[in-house]
Amino acid sequence: MGLPLMINNDDNNNNKVELSRVAVSDTHGEDSPYFAGWKAYDENPYDESHNPSGVIQMGLAENQVSFDLLESYLEKKNPEGSLWESKGSCGFRENALFQDYHGLKTFRQAMASFMEKIRGGKARFDPDRIVLTAGATAANELLTFILANPNDALLVPTPYYPGFDRDLRWRTGVRIVPIHCDSSNHFQITPEALETAYETARDANIRVRGVLITNPSNPLGATVQKKALEDLLDFCVRKNIHLVSDEIYSGSVFHASEFTSVAEIVENIDDVSVKERVHIVYSLSKDLGLPGFRVGTIYSYNDNVVRTARRMSSFTLVSSQTQHMLASMLSDEEFTEKYIRINRERLRRRYETIVEGLKKEGIECLKGNAGLFCWMNLGFLLNTNTKEGELELWDVILKELKLNISPGSSCHCSEFGWFRVCFANMSEKTLKIALKRIHEFMDRRRKVLNC
Amino acid sequence: MTRTEPNRSSKSDSENSGGGGGGTTAMRVIVPLQGVVQGRGGLFLGSVIPCAFFYFLQFYLKRNRKNEPDSGEPSPDSDPSSGSPDPTRSQSVGNLTELASLPRSLSRILLSPRLSGGAVSVSGRAGCVIKGGDSPYHVGQKRVEEDPYDESGNPDGVIELGSAHNTKMDWVSEDPGEAISDGLCMSGIASYEPCHGLIELKTAVAGFMSEATKNSVSFDPTQLVLTSGAASAIEILSFCLADSGNAFLVPTPCSPGYDRDVKWRTGVDLIHVPCRSADNFNISMLVLDRAFYQAKKRGVRIRGVIISNPWNPTGTLLSRENLYALLDFARERNIHIISNEVFAGSVHDEGGEFVSMAEVVDTEENVDRERVHIIYDLSKDLSFPGLRTAAIYSFNESVLSASRKLTTLSPVSSPTQHLLISAISSPKFVQRFVKTNRERLMRVYAELVKALKELGIECTRSSGGFFCWVDMRGFMSSYSEKGEIELWNKLLNIGKINVIPGSCCHCIEPGWFRLCFSNLSERDVPVVMNRIRKVCETCKSQN
Repeated sequence: MGLPLMINNDDNNNNKVELSRVAVSDTHGEDSPYFAGWKAYDENPYDESHNPSGVIQMGLAENQVSFDLLESYLEKKNPEGSLWESKGSCGFRENALFQDYHGLKTFRQAMASFMEKIRGGKARFDPDRIVLTAGATAANELLTFILANPNDALLVPTPYYPGFDRDLRWRTGVRIVPIHCDSSNHFQITPEALETAYETARDANIRVRGVLITNPSNPLGATVQKKALEDLLDFCVRKNIHLVSDEIYSGSVFHASEFTSVAEIVENIDDVSVKERVHIVYSLSKDLGLPGFRVGTIYSYNDNVVRTARRMSSFTLVSSQTQHMLASMLSDEEFTEKYIRINRERLRRRYETIVEGLKKEGIECLKGNAGLFCWMNLGFLLNTNTKEGELELWDVILKELKLNISPGSSCHCSEFGWFRVCFANMSEKTLKIALKRIHEFMDRRRKVLNC
Repeated sequence: MTRTEPNRSSKSDSENSGGGGGGTTAMRVIVPLQGVVQGRGGLFLGSVIPCAFFYFLQFYLKRNRKNEPDSGEPSPDSDPSSGSPDPTRSQSVGNLTELASLPRSLSRILLSPRLSGGAVSVSGRAGCVIKGGDSPYHVGQKRVEEDPYDESGNPDGVIELGSAHNTKMDWVSEDPGEAISDGLCMSGIASYEPCHGLIELKTAVAGFMSEATKNSVSFDPTQLVLTSGAASAIEILSFCLADSGNAFLVPTPCSPGYDRDVKWRTGVDLIHVPCRSADNFNISMLVLDRAFYQAKKRGVRIRGVIISNPWNPTGTLLSRENLYALLDFARERNIHIISNEVFAGSVHDEGGEFVSMAEVVDTEENVDRERVHIIYDLSKDLSFPGLRTAAIYSFNESVLSASRKLTTLSPVSSPTQHLLISAISSPKFVQRFVKTNRERLMRVYAELVKALKELGIECTRSSGGFFCWVDMRGFMSSYSEKGEIELWNKLLNIGKINVIPGSCCHCIEPGWFRLCFSNLSERDVPVVMNRIRKVCETCKSQN
């Protein structure tokens, strides 16, 4: 059946067919400690009654504190919110057939209004500039594909979310050049650090295409100051590069007044060439505690980017059923106002619980005001002030205390001994148990030191 | 790939190597220096003339590059909503521009001016969308959106026969009853779940795929990876099986979507292997082989071949012999096979037998099974496009492992997964649905073919899927791509029907059109025929 005459034995006829470099690379980062701890948790998950000595998952930034509010809203069987409209099959059919990559207009309007609400009305969002993607992960990758070519770079302040190594680099071929921040000024981004990062890239002959920040920051759990944002935008204008602001935790700021979105800064700017470089990423996964729904958005002030992102979103569309389900919920003013307010309050209280509990053990955390985690300093417990020392400690915490937390080195932190500890993905009771384990560990240590 | 530079002269070898290497800084220095070093008489001229050519070329290219998207200025013809497009131009210009702005070679980066101010630029990948204009595929789609046909509300609107929707199957009237549960429990669906799909859904999808093969294959759910749509499935496979700069062979005519799904972000190329009407558009192994070796001679590494079964756009079913021949071909050249089986559940020809690639490799050695990857799309067969659920089925554990990780970037949302689980886990519902779907497609197809014949229009025999591959060569003003686009324009603007011209499917023979009939009921067929008749009469009177 083949054509033996044309077979050339120089072909790689070693029988086993090869895969691409992307497929075999480890840029997905799933072998890092960040994910290794998850595996340990999967194998031995804590359960209050069935497995009280299991691993408590404090490495996953999921928000379960306000779940009951969502449940009660949906269970009220608001006819708009149910899967099929009560008027029968038409709603369902339209839903099932809808596949326009612009996304349901009602859903985009609802998203725009929700994003405005989170920012206390200090910025307006145009639903036609909203592009839907299946999660913020996809949104970040999409923007990277659009703003940068392979071997170009994005500047990202450290410490940063470990997933960026995958989302921004894996398939895009784009590099991350870190903007080093340290504890001397609470890890805030300084103009000097920005310049240094830019020069580093330039010296290596790498073209910088933009800066990507997370505001509020993951893993710091703190908002970026308004002045820092203004300086950042200035820097981007001077270097003629883009600014991407991942504001996925914007609804999880404990006090609304402490959050400044880049949208607010851009709101008062008329100069299109300045606005056009700003892009915002948002998702419902953190603020609404709906990660499984996979709803992400790109909001861009640049028409070309919106148009391209929309087309590219063909690879990562949100199902129409999901859009429909959420559209009515997000446009319910009463519900969203109540949810945002109560969610913030509960997160703040959780944060205070954990920070005070740690303080009692002599453990300090960075002063935070947002997010689902705290940034804890265990530098004083390290045997050696190195990455290995930090990972040793992380291993002890995982194996002995059965707590999965995220080591700062996986977040590319330039100082060792910092750890990200999530507190929103568990019940209050479980949080107390985690604190108890830490207390027992510190107690044992104090006794050992005292002998 | 090296570009040929017009400044090549026969004066010395050094000039040739200097000229052919592209615009690197190094070359700008070496060419004159080599002349100096060699210390020859007519040395000065021998260095200056090629240098001058070289610098002129740089200057010329730099000037031209200022108009490209990389310099940030939006081009005037980038507006996709332009009223009367010239699709011929936009298509070919789009293709050229796409090639030119692929951000691959270092030389391009050095040639484009560094911006000191002004508009910020986007990547080459974005640029080719912005500058590319719109193909008939997009133009037609837009017209349908602006002026959609409705039997009662807008009887003069544009009838959509372009995209592969299956809009006539009605789930609720099929009485899923207990099959679909309305009360989704929030706590079950809100948290993070595996991006590549819940095992319950994979099991249900595997069952559905088996049903499509009339149970001659049993699909293993653990070899499935779910993702948010067939575009994503094809792209993920392209990323996994080929590196940027490599290529896949694709027999044509093929799906218009491959240009985006396979090539856009991956940098992988498609090499079209034409099939001809004289052969009933069957794949010729000889032509495939020739294409493989021609690519190899050009230095392009072929990583696989993409087939679709049932074929898009012709609707042909590949025979067992075809599939074995393809497997032999792939084995001998050590490449992959991507088998796009998205229409597997829509075989409407009673005499037709759908054979999945999975069945063919069932009895083969592992090393051969590992080169086969199948794409399936629930949205097509279930008429559920909005739900965005497609699958990659592979025998290659490394591909599965990489694909699973990649689905974090294109996951299926969990309420959707749960909805589908409850819907398609009921075997009775699935069987009834698939049977009804097939019967309905068969009826409409038969009506359509009969009516087209009365107009003197033939089509290839379609056994599966939603398309009729229609021969309208007799109605073109000239046997050329231009003639085809003119006819397409008439069909859209006079006939108010949106069909896909064969050029979008990369058909080498002009005059063929893809007509999607799954949106039509039997009642719509006469309406469509009247419109086509009107256009045919216009063409006859003009020709």
